[in-house]
Amino acid sequence: MIGGHGAEARAQHPVIVACTDGPLLVRGDVDLVGADGEPIPRNRKVVALCRCGASTIKPYCDGTHKLTGFKTGPEH
Amino acid sequence: MGINDLSPGGSTTTAPARFGPRGPISAALLDLLPRPVEEAVDLPALGHRVDAALAATPDILHDDDLQLSLFLLYGLNYGSVVQADDAWEWNPELIAIRGAIERVFEAALRERVPAVPLPPANREAVAEALFDLTKPSTGPSLSKYVARQATDEQLHELVIQRSVYTLKEADPHSWGIPRLNGRAKAAMMEIQADEYGGGNAERMHSGIYAGLMRLLGLDATYGAYVDHVPAITLTSLNMSSMFGLNRRLRGAMCGHLAAFEMTSSIPCRFYGNGFRRLGYGADVTWYYDEHVEADAVHEQIAGRDLAGSLAEDEPELLADIFFGANACLTVDGWAGDHILESWEAGRSSLRVALPAAERTSA
Repeated sequence: MIGGHGAEARAQHPVIVACTDGPLLVRGDVDLVGADGEPIPRNRKVVALCRCGASTIKPYCDGTHKLTGFKTGPEH
Repeated sequence: MGINDLSPGGSTTTAPARFGPRGPISAALLDLLPRPVEEAVDLPALGHRVDAALAATPDILHDDDLQLSLFLLYGLNYGSVVQADDAWEWNPELIAIRGAIERVFEAALRERVPAVPLPPANREAVAEALFDLTKPSTGPSLSKYVARQATDEQLHELVIQRSVYTLKEADPHSWGIPRLNGRAKAAMMEIQADEYGGGNAERMHSGIYAGLMRLLGLDATYGAYVDHVPAITLTSLNMSSMFGLNRRLRGAMCGHLAAFEMTSSIPCRFYGNGFRRLGYGADVTWYYDEHVEADAVHEQIAGRDLAGSLAEDEPELLADIFFGANACLTVDGWAGDHILESWEAGRSSLRVALPAAERTSA
């Protein structure tokens, strides 16, 4: 183990990247649950969450934002 | 004849060739590679024949003999392509022959792949320019044809055409991992780890594809359909192998991967729709469904964290990042056009017809 417990904790710290004109990219240890509190199946370490509303596999992104011309605009 | 009959040291890999030559160079290689390195005598003569073939070819990008030959030589690095004495992998004469073919191949790509305007070498600008370059076309496409009207036989053809790469999915770019550093390397690993199943062999994309082939009644052994695919299909894989195996082309390798990922999610949804239209279930469409979700993640990582970071860290690679991206779009575009044009003309896209039993699932 390198860096002890602190480094390990930092590696798991969740980060959400707001991708320009695209999804929210979620890295790290996050519980993804439905409105009923039940876990949503998650098959990969990094997931992309839809924010254009047009995905066919919500809550995940399927790239459809590229067909609809979705723009996020300035975010800061 | 067993493998050990050819190499007493047990240093050979894989089964006998599952495909035949397409000209004198590939014939010579298929004859040579199963033999022990020590028995080879005429290598300088082979080198001269390769030089002559390179000088004579009207178009190396569609040259069956030279592309199959390059495929065989890269196969020494990958394994599982032809039965070969493992010592051939680093044989100086074969490395020289590979280099000679690569020089002409790369020059042809640089001449034929259109140049694109370069953005500033920063992450967001590079990602935006790559997304712009790869944006979905509104015109006809292979994936739309598959979604709307492909027959069962055409779906089998599609799976065969793509199997030459997909049974080795992610491997060509993985050659490039140690040639990257820092953020670009971390991004590459994030993508490739997912390609290889994230620690779960059953989720490895190449394995999911092999399962798809078996469900369709096809042979998932690597190389089983090499005889059936046209040169351009081999060219597509050879190009990514060349980008991955040459450190100086690491910019092109990253651009290629970014463009590949950025043109995958939406077409994979259409391919899956084609199979669903013909009544296939989720076991068959798993490969495509997986890529709809995975590549919507990968394209974000590839644009910003892989290609974008590489451009910031090594700005001299910016032009090659976009060369690799447009090479992917151009060459894979030709490969897709070949299939679509064949089908629209009522022909098979395959070079050699399939046995009747493998044409449909019926």
